Amino acid sequence: MPKRTDISSILVIGAGPIIIGQACEFDYSGTQAIKALKEEGYRVILVNSNPATIMTDPEFADATYIEPITPEIVAKIIAKERPDALLPTMGGQTALNCALKLDEMGVLAEYGVEMIGAKADAIDKAENRQRFREAMDAIGLESARSGVANTLEQARAVLERTGLPSIIRPSFTLGGTGGGIAYNKAEFDQIVREGLDASPTTEVLIEESLLGWKEFEMEVVRDRKDNAIIICSIENVDPMGVHTGDSITVAPALTLTDKEYQIMRSASIAVLREIGVETGGSNVQFAVNPKDGRLIVIEMNPRVSRSSALASKATGFPIARVAAKLAVGYTLDELTNEITGATPASFEPTIDYVVTKIPRFAFEKFKGAANDLSTAMKSVGEVMAIGRNFQESVQKALRGLETGLDGFNRFPELEGAGREVITAALSRRTPDRLLKVGQAFREGMTVEEVAAVTHYDPWFLRQIEGIIAAEKDLQANGLPRDAAGLRRLKAMGFSDKRLATLAVRSVGVAGGLGETQAKRSGLLHDALVAMAGATSAEEVRALRHKLGVLPVFKRIDSCAAEFEAITPYMYSTYEAPSFGAPECEADPSDRKKIVILGGGPNRIGQGIEFDYCCVHACFALAEQGFETIMVNCNPETVSTDYDTSDRLYFEPLTDEDVLEILRVEQSKGELLGVIVQFGGQTPLKLAQALEDAGIPILGTSPDAIDLAEDRERFAKLVSKLKLKQPENGIARSRDEAAAVAARIGYPVLLRPSYVLGGRAMEIVDSEAQLDSYIATAVNVSGDSPVLIDQYLRDAIECDVDALCDGTEVRIAGVMQHIEEAGVHSGDSACTLPPYSLPPEIIAEMERQAEALAFALRVKGLMNIQFAVKDGTVYLIEVNPRASRTVPFVAKAIGQPVAKIAARVMAGEPLSNFEPFKRDLPYMAVKEAVFPFARFPGSDPVLSPEMKSTGEVMGIDATFEAAFLKSQIGAGSHLPQGGTVFVSVKNTDKAVIVPAVKRLLDHGFRVIATGGTQSYLAEQGLAVERVNKVAEGQPHIVDKIIDGDIALIFNTTEGWQSLMDSKSIRQAALAGKVPYYTTAAASVAAAAAISAIRPDQLEVRSLQDYYGS
Amino acid sequence: MADPASFRAQPSGATGVLVLADGTVVWGRGFGATGSAVGEVCFNTAMTGYQEVMTDPSYAAQIVTFTFPHIGNVGANGEDIESKVEGAVGCVVREDVTEPSNFRSIERFTEWMVRNGKIGLSGIDTRALTRRIRQSGAPNAVIAHAPDGKFDIPALVKRAAEWPGLEGMDLAIRVTREGGEQWAGGSWSLGKGYGRAAFDAKPHVVAIDYGAKDNIFRNLVKAGARVTVVPAKTGFDEIMALAPDGVFLSNGPGDPAATGEYAVPVIKALLDADVPLFGICLGHQMLGLAAGAKTIKMHQGHRGANHPVQRVGEGWGETTGLVEITSMNHGFAVDAATLPENVEQTHVSLFDGTNCGISIRGKRAFAVQYHPEASPGPQDSFYLFEKFVGGLG
Repeated sequence: MPKRTDISSILVIGAGPIIIGQACEFDYSGTQAIKALKEEGYRVILVNSNPATIMTDPEFADATYIEPITPEIVAKIIAKERPDALLPTMGGQTALNCALKLDEMGVLAEYGVEMIGAKADAIDKAENRQRFREAMDAIGLESARSGVANTLEQARAVLERTGLPSIIRPSFTLGGTGGGIAYNKAEFDQIVREGLDASPTTEVLIEESLLGWKEFEMEVVRDRKDNAIIICSIENVDPMGVHTGDSITVAPALTLTDKEYQIMRSASIAVLREIGVETGGSNVQFAVNPKDGRLIVIEMNPRVSRSSALASKATGFPIARVAAKLAVGYTLDELTNEITGATPASFEPTIDYVVTKIPRFAFEKFKGAANDLSTAMKSVGEVMAIGRNFQESVQKALRGLETGLDGFNRFPELEGAGREVITAALSRRTPDRLLKVGQAFREGMTVEEVAAVTHYDPWFLRQIEGIIAAEKDLQANGLPRDAAGLRRLKAMGFSDKRLATLAVRSVGVAGGLGETQAKRSGLLHDALVAMAGATSAEEVRALRHKLGVLPVFKRIDSCAAEFEAITPYMYSTYEAPSFGAPECEADPSDRKKIVILGGGPNRIGQGIEFDYCCVHACFALAEQGFETIMVNCNPETVSTDYDTSDRLYFEPLTDEDVLEILRVEQSKGELLGVIVQFGGQTPLKLAQALEDAGIPILGTSPDAIDLAEDRERFAKLVSKLKLKQPENGIARSRDEAAAVAARIGYPVLLRPSYVLGGRAMEIVDSEAQLDSYIATAVNVSGDSPVLIDQYLRDAIECDVDALCDGTEVRIAGVMQHIEEAGVHSGDSACTLPPYSLPPEIIAEMERQAEALAFALRVKGLMNIQFAVKDGTVYLIEVNPRASRTVPFVAKAIGQPVAKIAARVMAGEPLSNFEPFKRDLPYMAVKEAVFPFARFPGSDPVLSPEMKSTGEVMGIDATFEAAFLKSQIGAGSHLPQGGTVFVSVKNTDKAVIVPAVKRLLDHGFRVIATGGTQSYLAEQGLAVERVNKVAEGQPHIVDKIIDGDIALIFNTTEGWQSLMDSKSIRQAALAGKVPYYTTAAASVAAAAAISAIRPDQLEVRSLQDYYGS
Repeated sequence: MADPASFRAQPSGATGVLVLADGTVVWGRGFGATGSAVGEVCFNTAMTGYQEVMTDPSYAAQIVTFTFPHIGNVGANGEDIESKVEGAVGCVVREDVTEPSNFRSIERFTEWMVRNGKIGLSGIDTRALTRRIRQSGAPNAVIAHAPDGKFDIPALVKRAAEWPGLEGMDLAIRVTREGGEQWAGGSWSLGKGYGRAAFDAKPHVVAIDYGAKDNIFRNLVKAGARVTVVPAKTGFDEIMALAPDGVFLSNGPGDPAATGEYAVPVIKALLDADVPLFGICLGHQMLGLAAGAKTIKMHQGHRGANHPVQRVGEGWGETTGLVEITSMNHGFAVDAATLPENVEQTHVSLFDGTNCGISIRGKRAFAVQYHPEASPGPQDSFYLFEKFVGGLG
């Protein structure tokens, strides 16, 4: 069937900010969908609050709304744009929920908007646990014994039937928030309560435990003619009990016979038919009892998902693109397989390699939260790796994770441990369980023993056991000296670095003097090399190259080589020389080429913003006629989409892997250079190895980047340029600390290099406080000094993003942070243009930025952070590379900053580009989004350590409206009335007065704790007193729990005060009460509340803003 | 043939070898049975179902290159077997066969290969081999396994080169059963295994075994038929003496033109007698020959479990244009250009447009090139059994 002509405009809802459970895979799918719809000539309207997405680039949709994704706001967009159809399946749970709500509110009916891709009833049938279960019964598929409850009492009744352990899943939540596994009745009650709270429909599903069963996923695509195909099967190595987003998974399924696989295949398609997903991609999850193959349907997602992004990258089949085309009426046979260019999309991809995904976690950022994995997702990113066998695939994934692993690194905590200790460790579902399994084999445990505890399928365990056995052999005998032996190890996925580490141990020099000697040159080193084969990754590489043991590149073609692929999507492997030299399919071109290194797995601090920059580099350089070559290993990204770059290598970002790619690419054509400045720290860390190998680096030199990061080198440059940094010093004793503090002047910020009890840093105002800190909080000694910085209290922090081509500097944007200096810049809200800085200060920052750009010989992008206090500009840090703020700046000013930077790096002068418009007639506010709710026990407070996972942008004519939008977009719904609780540190008391006054005038009731209350009362404000927690009940936390508080302003200084107020923040988080932990943000919130009501907000597209 | 001096030196530890007719020698590790076997090297892109593939008689005289690297991971069992007669003579895989992991596994795949006299070769770049087949066609070859690593390469090259190849070869006669048989097995279900056929079922289908997969008979039973299986050379009169309500023409190995020499006249007679017919694979090709079409040897054949086939032509009603994902295994095809007036094309391959189904106008006779019985592969096409059995009696 051809495309529909009865619709001409389509609204696409994005997924909003990056949060746990909903990351940049939805930018990937949304971008594909928008491109696909535009190709067909539809007018596309997009709403997404996330400025760091490619999909919100103004050239993709016809009308791009960076507005909060709430039903009320989207209703306004619908009223304005009058789309014919709404595609709700590309923006994760956020989009589905929003679309359902719009349907419920009657907005879709009112404006005649048709839901395409999935109808409201199908979404509800898939998402509503009870209806889903009934649907499965109707087609004869077994579900777990279960029941739905809306109250704790109902839940207890269900428990009678299902028994313990019991799985609790709240309805309509992302990544299973609020769910868990209960092993006893007390835990059951607690998890049910949390689940009911988390569910927007106050509903939980209680299920019989399938713990230890095998878990599988099927990615299905169906069209409106009822053609249905399976794109990929995925097998979870982690059995049931760990959220699939937190599980290590492989594709395809490896432990099913065809008969069992076909049962699952037929069942998946039956599920889509029964649920009524007419067109598009869906994901169906199954549990299988390993003892008898009993199959149970767990759930289905009637939309593209994280798993479909993984399946797309694993097979080369662009699920989102195809789903979008199907949604507008095409059938699968009418679409082409873009990878082969010759076959239709109506086929099932078959692969001739093994894909492994390993999630990446960030528990270290959330102290106090246990690192146990459960049915609520906690990972912040993932790595995918491809190998010709499982061993190669899993070892590549481990090194691609960038958590310091070179493979199955040893697990020191279990070295030499007894069976009971190891068994106990294996029984805990923690992020590092795979490494524990490796260590268990080192300690002599058997596959059967490990399987009994972990319920990992013995097939995977035997593969890991095989890797450990090979490691033992290496540790005993050193590296094999022949090509076949070395090739065998490389084909198992061992990195050169891991091989070197293991080989060195064969001569008994692990640790201590021997290892030091091994790293030096000279006779002893030569002797060690002779004995071990090699003592470093470089020597292993040299040996490999001498013996001709080189990786080859194979293509991901969706058809296992049955047809020729036209899309160069590749991975490396080590092949046997079956027909002479191992066959390499890289086939590099003779063009002028530029390699862009991506950012690897998402993590806090390095996420979608950097992928955005890399994608822009690809687009810009391709437009200029260069061949673009992308290297990355993050399956969630747009950068790893098959048509983002000319050539894509899906490989770990390590020295070894990247240098092998460059070797092949340099064999033909001209490699102009590599871009390492766009992907965050990941590619930067490779710069040295690339330079050593004689590979040209485009743009700012790695040495300049290093200079900016080296404390001493940078201090010299600053003094040469006569710029001002906050004073600082290092102390190795109490007396030294007192002397340094006296020199700098109080207040000072103290940071120990060795931390006791999580007490990381403190601001001290006097020598007495300094003494107390040193006596109780830190060990100060020669080995463990204290860093002392001048503390710029209440300073305003600013970010400046600039471009430089060596002869000209252009300021792209100056951002003023809302939170004061001391909060990580990634966690601060900020505005562009600055909302309260005088022009002369801005000019001074721009002057300094220019001086720094020239001094560092920046070629490309640069980010500078300043603090402004009492009219003085202090330089905090300089990063002569792409920063997290680049996409926000680009969206705010309407200029493709990253693209321009990429072209400058490739040699174009800035004068080729129009100057940036600097006087914007509107205000853009960026706000950070936090995952605290996922980490019960951690303190939801802002600090110098970054904790946010994503960001939203609010854009409007005034600061207040833009700020309000940013808060709504970030999920913080500012109240229009009720009770405000205020408790602020002494230095904030004067600052907060106008805010309190505004809220009182607006009709709020204000309560405050003792000191704050008396200060505000002295100012003539009618503020009531409430007990601090330490003052006894009823206290403020009681009131928050009871739902009496609508808004919280709570700032603290000092460790004790922070500890005392933790329960307030946790209660606020649990009660979803908006709270602000800085005075500046509190003031902004009060201003926004009093200036505009949410229902008065207006919507406007980026294209409209830029045109004005 | 390549000069023996150019044979790549045998690497240490090589216990298996694939010797192509052009003299190419591919070393690896042998597993399964020892000795050597000659056949055509084809590739199969299915990711599951290796045991079914290895027992499919259509693979007689063939060496299967599995494109999926891990083969043997779910071991072997007594159920996933498509025929007791000769299937593929050997297989080429990338990875060494691992210990099995599956609740239905009763033995290692390697042991099963030994018991069934099939030779395996691992450690091969199967993707490179597949690409060669894609580019140059399916070569004839000898696969050999010697645990002591001793091979007479020139003799193996000679054997491969002298083997006449599948074109013109009647292999059905080699793999068909000797006598008739009341088919007793029903379809498989998880936890229960195979069911039993009801011997009093109506209608009665006589199935001619040219090298049939057992799952075809099970599917006929599932669709409600009583099945009598007869050998490939059973004559028209003998068939009619069994009083069939319909006759089924099975899949099988080799060149349809060769087998057709004795089979096509029987099929023509059945057509003339208006006996309802249903054919699969080789049966499809011979129905095509009987109706006056020609068959051709394909460049690389279709072997896998992901092949899209589209319903075309009249008679499909609302389901016209529907796509079935099918299991395929054929190196010959009916040449659609040669279809006579009275033969309608009902299915085509969406991969290359080759003919995948025919129906004879005015007769109750139809056939498909692919494998609706699956095993291995998707079960989208069971409706064909229902259509055939449902239309009888």
